[in-house]
Amino acid sequence: MDTKLTVSTSPHIHSEFTTRNIMGMVIFALVPAGIMGVYFLGLRSLGVIAACIIACVLSEWAWQKFVMHTKSTICDLSAVVTGLLLAYNLPPTIPIWMSVAGSLFAIIIVKQFYGGIGCNIVNPALAARAMMLISWPTAMTTWTINGISGATPLAAMKAGTVSGMPSLWDLLTGNMAGCIGETSSLLLILGGAYLVWEGVISARIPLTYILTTAILSALFNHGGGMFPIHEMLTGGLLIGAIFMATDYTTSPMSEKGQYIYAAGCALLTALIRTWGGYPEGVSFSILIMNVAVPLIDKYTEPRVFGAPKNGYFKRTGGK
Amino acid sequence: MNLPTFLGGVHPPEGKSLTENKPVETLRPTDVREFIYPMGLHIGAPCSPLVKKGDAVLAGQKIGDTDAFVSAPKYSAVSGTVKAVEPRMVYTGAMEMCVVVESDGKYTPAPSLHEALGRKPTPADYVKLIREAGIVGSGGACFPTHVKLSPPKDKPIKHIIVNSAECEPFLNCDNRLMIENPDEVLKGLEFVLEVFPEAEGVIAIENNKTEAIATMTSHNKNPRIKVMPLQVKYPQGAEKMLIWSVTGKEVPLVPALPADVGCIVLNTRTAWQIWAAIEKGLPVHERIITVTGDAIVEPKNLLVPLGLNMRDLIHECGGFTEEPVKVISGGPMMGIAMRSIDVPVVKGTSGILALTKKSAYLAEESACIRCGKCVEVCPMHLEPTSLDHAVRRRDYAEFEALGGMNCIECGSCAYTCPASRHLVQSYKDGKATVTANRRKAAAEAKAKAEAK
Repeated sequence: MDTKLTVSTSPHIHSEFTTRNIMGMVIFALVPAGIMGVYFLGLRSLGVIAACIIACVLSEWAWQKFVMHTKSTICDLSAVVTGLLLAYNLPPTIPIWMSVAGSLFAIIIVKQFYGGIGCNIVNPALAARAMMLISWPTAMTTWTINGISGATPLAAMKAGTVSGMPSLWDLLTGNMAGCIGETSSLLLILGGAYLVWEGVISARIPLTYILTTAILSALFNHGGGMFPIHEMLTGGLLIGAIFMATDYTTSPMSEKGQYIYAAGCALLTALIRTWGGYPEGVSFSILIMNVAVPLIDKYTEPRVFGAPKNGYFKRTGGK
Repeated sequence: MNLPTFLGGVHPPEGKSLTENKPVETLRPTDVREFIYPMGLHIGAPCSPLVKKGDAVLAGQKIGDTDAFVSAPKYSAVSGTVKAVEPRMVYTGAMEMCVVVESDGKYTPAPSLHEALGRKPTPADYVKLIREAGIVGSGGACFPTHVKLSPPKDKPIKHIIVNSAECEPFLNCDNRLMIENPDEVLKGLEFVLEVFPEAEGVIAIENNKTEAIATMTSHNKNPRIKVMPLQVKYPQGAEKMLIWSVTGKEVPLVPALPADVGCIVLNTRTAWQIWAAIEKGLPVHERIITVTGDAIVEPKNLLVPLGLNMRDLIHECGGFTEEPVKVISGGPMMGIAMRSIDVPVVKGTSGILALTKKSAYLAEESACIRCGKCVEVCPMHLEPTSLDHAVRRRDYAEFEALGGMNCIECGSCAYTCPASRHLVQSYKDGKATVTANRRKAAAEAKAKAEAK
């Protein structure tokens, strides 16, 4: 034998997709909205973002090194995404120690306790935000913009003080009170479009979620049913629908399942916004639907090609 | 243009340009050397050697056969002397019983199949002659063609489809055959149509082979045959996907066969072999092989006698540019990575693909992130990741319940998997284990019934 050849199962070539470059593209898609957030909400936001990312990556590294003694997965960049998403969902005034506590909760309790990447049952960033909202309600709902504290548009809608609604331009650029990364609608939409274009996510979940929320809110007469655009562009809906609800691990795999899941998120969001105790319900809606994913997956299994036609099947490719 | 295709699938880089415009060259060594003929490597019963050490053989002489229906005889492509009948390594890496012929380089022909028959064959003789010629599917699986052509009486055949999709990247052997020998391929299909007077003939070609489509269309004078271009997408040439694209019919779940929806699918080379057997009385003794990949100095399409050492083919193409990491028998999506290149060319060898470290995919697995891309691309609409999990926890009942036995091992899921999961490996394990368990259960049931 002269040459040593590698023997492995087919296929012997592979697409460009790897977990790491998918995460890289998600980060790339998120960065512009973050820059806008820092621009409008102040440099302190940048500190929160950095704290969350560093805490997430370090805690994942330390947990795997010292507790689990397994190979580190920080190079797949998923912890960076979690940190980024968590920071984007925090108010800019949040104390740094709270953001670090939230990051540890996201990575260690929500992600690593369940087995690490691919095994968590709920979105780590959202679960951490929910924990923080319950633990430190005041710090999590204090908003300032241009140094003046103010209500978010959704809180204003809830309170019935709708006269000070931001203009459409402010809504699109992000010049309003809110979390660090959730306000700049235009850049979030652009980031989402980029991910759809690259094939990282499909538009099914975001479109179904956002449009259904707008329709249901109007039906529920939320804010007098007067603000369908505000309904779609404010609060965490865009960042939630585009970047959180589409989290691979905690969303259904089949096409039909994804529609059901997104519609469920939308229904819960509209219910919470209209009648719930919080002005915003995106986090809780997605978390609740995350838990329903195994059930949705079970009942939306695709019909195997050639199986009797009593299940789901759509012919799109034929003649 | 919206050409027919199926739902799912992937678009791997084609790699066809390396050899698509290279005419087939004949490689016919005339020096004394070994030719190796494995007695198995087709679906069905392996053959028993008909010759022993020291016997003289002629080119085109039958050297292995069996009485089993699902099997096909083996022929020597060269004249010479039987040097040994012993196990030798084949492309799968296993040892197979082989007849080793030392050629004399003269290719002295044996009497043709027609001479043995004693007359010009009539349609009633065709299927028998096809078996006698040792014709099997030339795509790689090597299913005996005469079995396909003997469907149960209650299953009328409506379509004879020649699978010229050649969706495997890098391969061009069928493409070149259609460009260079269109009449023979068409005639082979016509012979089959004579056996099935009710059927229509379809030559299904992926749309990236425009020259082949044009050639086949212009040479086709038979109103019962149509040439059908298909969308370029892998695995367009998988039997069930091809039937769906051409006829809109779904072959039911395993163990159903194409005949259940009135179809018979033949490989392009198989159609050519049918022509050679019926028109010329020639058995399967040679084939076109695409020798390609970035590790090959000068990729070529070669017509070679079966039994030739693969190393000779690589040598004919200028050898390796650099030490290859993988040498694959077949294409990159479904081919088999070989342990050694000192193995013989067999009926199912469609290509030899040598990949360098740069192009061979050797990534490590990571955890499934449930992205669902495998579900999106699976042409059988299975849930690849669920099947993988079932096999890894040794839950073969779950594997079966999820439809795992219907997996066609096309590799679309593994190709697209961002976590580089070794998905196809799991399915091969799952299918083999389920089959073995079924056999064991059947044997136990039989033993129990006999004990009573």
